[in-house]
Amino acid sequence: MTSKGSRVEMPRQAPKERIKNFYEVALGYTPEMAMETARYCIQCKKPGCVKGCPVNVKIPEFIEKIAEGDFAAASRIVKETNSLPAICGRVCPQEEQCEKYCVLGKKGEPVAIGRLERFVADWEAENMKIDTPPEPVHPTGKKVAVVGSGPAGLTCAGDLAKMGYRVTIFEALHAAGGVLVYGIPEFRLPKSVVAREVEYVKSLGVEILTNVIVGRTITVDDLFEEGYEAVFLGTGAGLPKFMGIPGENLNGVYSANEWLTRTNLMKAYLFPEYDTPIKTGRRVAVVGGGNVAMDAVRCALRLGAEEAYIIYRRSEQEMPARAEEVENAHEEGVVFKFLTNPVEVIGNEAGWVTGLKCIKMELGEPDASGRRRPVPVQGSEFVIPVDTVVMALGTSPNPIVSQTTPGLRIHDWGGLIVEEQTGLTTREGVYAGGDAVTGSATVILAMGAGKTAASAIHRYLTEKQGR
Amino acid sequence: MFTIEAKRVLTPVTKLIVVQAPMVARKARPGQFVILRCTESGERIPLTIADYDREKGTITLVYQEVGKTTRLLGRMGVGDAILDLVGPLGMPAELPREGRVLCVGGGVGVAPVYPKAKAMHEMGVDVVSIIGARSADLLILEEEMRAVSTAVYVATDDGSRGHHGFVSDVIKQLLERGEQFDEIIAVGPILMMRACVEVTRPYGVKTWVSMNPIMVDGTGMCGACRLSVDGKTKFCCVDGPMFDGHAVDWAEAVRRSRIYLEEEKIAVDHMNCAEGGCRP
Ligand SMILES: Cc1cc2nc3c(=O)[nH]c(=O)nc-3n(C[C@H](O)[C@H](O)[C@H](O)COP(=O)(O)OP(=O)(O)OC[C@H]3O[C@@H](n4cnc5c(N)ncnc54)[C@H](O)[C@@H]3O)c2cc1C
Ligand SMILES: Cc1cc2nc3c(=O)[nH]c(=O)nc-3n(C[C@H](O)[C@H](O)[C@H](O)COP(=O)(O)OP(=O)(O)OC[C@H]3O[C@@H](n4cnc5c(N)ncnc54)[C@H](O)[C@@H]3O)c2cc1C
Ligand code: SF4
Ligand code: SF4
Ligand code: FES
Repeated sequence: MTSKGSRVEMPRQAPKERIKNFYEVALGYTPEMAMETARYCIQCKKPGCVKGCPVNVKIPEFIEKIAEGDFAAASRIVKETNSLPAICGRVCPQEEQCEKYCVLGKKGEPVAIGRLERFVADWEAENMKIDTPPEPVHPTGKKVAVVGSGPAGLTCAGDLAKMGYRVTIFEALHAAGGVLVYGIPEFRLPKSVVAREVEYVKSLGVEILTNVIVGRTITVDDLFEEGYEAVFLGTGAGLPKFMGIPGENLNGVYSANEWLTRTNLMKAYLFPEYDTPIKTGRRVAVVGGGNVAMDAVRCALRLGAEEAYIIYRRSEQEMPARAEEVENAHEEGVVFKFLTNPVEVIGNEAGWVTGLKCIKMELGEPDASGRRRPVPVQGSEFVIPVDTVVMALGTSPNPIVSQTTPGLRIHDWGGLIVEEQTGLTTREGVYAGGDAVTGSATVILAMGAGKTAASAIHRYLTEKQGR
Repeated sequence: MFTIEAKRVLTPVTKLIVVQAPMVARKARPGQFVILRCTESGERIPLTIADYDREKGTITLVYQEVGKTTRLLGRMGVGDAILDLVGPLGMPAELPREGRVLCVGGGVGVAPVYPKAKAMHEMGVDVVSIIGARSADLLILEEEMRAVSTAVYVATDDGSRGHHGFVSDVIKQLLERGEQFDEIIAVGPILMMRACVEVTRPYGVKTWVSMNPIMVDGTGMCGACRLSVDGKTKFCCVDGPMFDGHAVDWAEAVRRSRIYLEEEKIAVDHMNCAEGGCRP
């Protein structure tokens, strides 16, 4: 079968324009563009793409409906397996997942699966009222507590509510969504899209209590005492890492978490209409090479930095960030310093950052991860003059819950120990999933873990009743 | 909702509110704090839990109007609700159960000292207190402190009440005349705490301070609140807020507290402007 359509590029704001605002970069398909792109899919009998998707979205089926112009049907098919398509279509690393296994990608370009998924989700939001979900058939009368309202918690809560449980989500921050609201910037994932998904979960009957820190405001033991029969921990991996180099506490050094939380959750880019400030220097260096680093550096440009650097100790090929976001950053004028590692943050008399002292690196023998290990080149230190430094070095799980819950065991690096097929922790009735278990991963994997735990909790509570 | 149940104007710029927050009240212990936000566009600010009533489900906050958020809060009255409030945050203070302890509160810092003095007094500790302010009309919670202390000394910067000078001078006088304390707890503006720590350092008396760096989340997630203690980086919101004052890097703490001076001014100007009070 030969392909009829073509992979249509999604229109984007021009780089010069978009670095002056926080509006979404990728503007979305028109119905015509979506249908043209959908016709490009050759409807494989044994589609590789589906296997590449962690939640096995029925890709050829929904794409066929788009090609036919039946967007409502396409949307229903997507939602059968993915409850957050507007989010996944935007932020999944498709080139590593569904699109990587698209047969057309072997010779030419793969089908733009993520963009099509985004299109149907956005089309649904605009054109269909969210179907009021049917009343649960068997309200079980049982209560389940979900800790954290990121993608793992939202998915787990939504699934349990559909199965007839009374679910309450406890969220530490004042807004629901986890990294989707405090980390990933507006220009990549509009907060209105997240809010829509949160509303959907609420419409299923889930109660969301913000401003509650489990381990401080209430403990897991208290939850059981209050009649919750199972607990799901979707607390993410929120602890920032610093390098431990001199000068890291100078004024003007931020963790990526602080930088992004001020910008996205607290809307510092709207200061003084919004009260939370941020200090953006004329020159900003972001240390790291992942999605978080890309988001931080692109925020810096939009906050007014004239020069923005990525400082990464390996080479471009090893960067873990999504290809699309690296390309966006290049277009926007971000300067990449590869094979470069900071050794000291330099400050002035008053304690403000004036530069980042770095050392050049070269690639040596492969390390445990199979990537060639960067080693410093003796005597190659040099200083990049900057006013702000953002450390985007990865994060680890917050110990607040594990420290206050007897019986919960964690790995040395802080991740909760669980049984892989169910998400069951080392404590009866307590399940976990998402970044809290895996360390920083992806939205779709966190959702998958939420789903797995929801069915495991359902089995557990059903069996428990039988006992 | 975090409804304000009672309000007392302690001085022209210091207010006490009693807020409905049952979950926080149930867990609160001396030394802990909350983070709150007044409006949808507002900043998150930390305030110490100055008292709590588990039965009534309320907590007491005492705050000084120093910038936009505290001024907004200052305008809220009984029946108004605070939009967001989370806690209790931080480690509870590890208070001694016996012996003699000197409690020092400067300015609004008397409020966070009070629950600790009260808890120690109830456990049978001999509590001696020093409270200070810029002038007599800015002194707060004197009655409350007297009720839980065996002696209360007063100091004002302008001499309008008690000792003419700083609370740190009074500490020095007490130590010089040979009074013995097992520990000292000093809470107040950062410069006051630093002065107290310098006074007690030669005497080697353990001196606890309650650090107040700029915060965002209060759960260890952002690192805004980091400070150096004994040469190691600590996050005040989860490792503190109480630290051994002799181990704190004060120069760094003072410098970090000033990061947003410029923006804090802009925020207040913007607030005045929006209310028709623009400076020409
Ligand atoms: C800047 C950034 C960019 C990213 N970009 C991408 C991307 O492009 N594509 C992609 O797939 N992934 C991306 N990721 C990763 C992805 O966002 C995460 O893997 C995903 O959000 C993990 O979901 P989660 O539900 O496990 O945890 P989180 O989203 O971290 O949510 C955890 C929630 O739990 C709350 N919580 C924590 N402790 C407690 C407690 N004790 N009590 C109550 N609540 C608590 C937190 O406040 C938070 O809201 C990015 C991450 C970041 C930080
Ligand atoms: C753990 C902790 C407990 C605290 N407890 C109390 C309390 O019980 N009562 C009280 O009145 N204040 C307390 N503070 C200080 C209070 O948080 C600040 O006064 C408040 O954030 C100022 O906000 P603003 O918008 O009104 O003023 P801003 O305009 O933001 O700041 C005005 C001035 O206040 C100072 N300031 C700003 N942020 C802080 C801060 N986080 N800590 C100390 N000073 C700051 C600075 O000198 C600044 O110039 C506490 C701080 C911490 C970290
Ligand atoms: S959920 Fe992610 S991986 Fe699956 S089809 Fe959609 S974009 Fe691809
Ligand atoms: S592998 Fe590619 S062409 Fe085949 S069904 Fe999937 S998206 Fe279509
Ligand atoms: S306030 Fe964010 S880590 Fe302490």
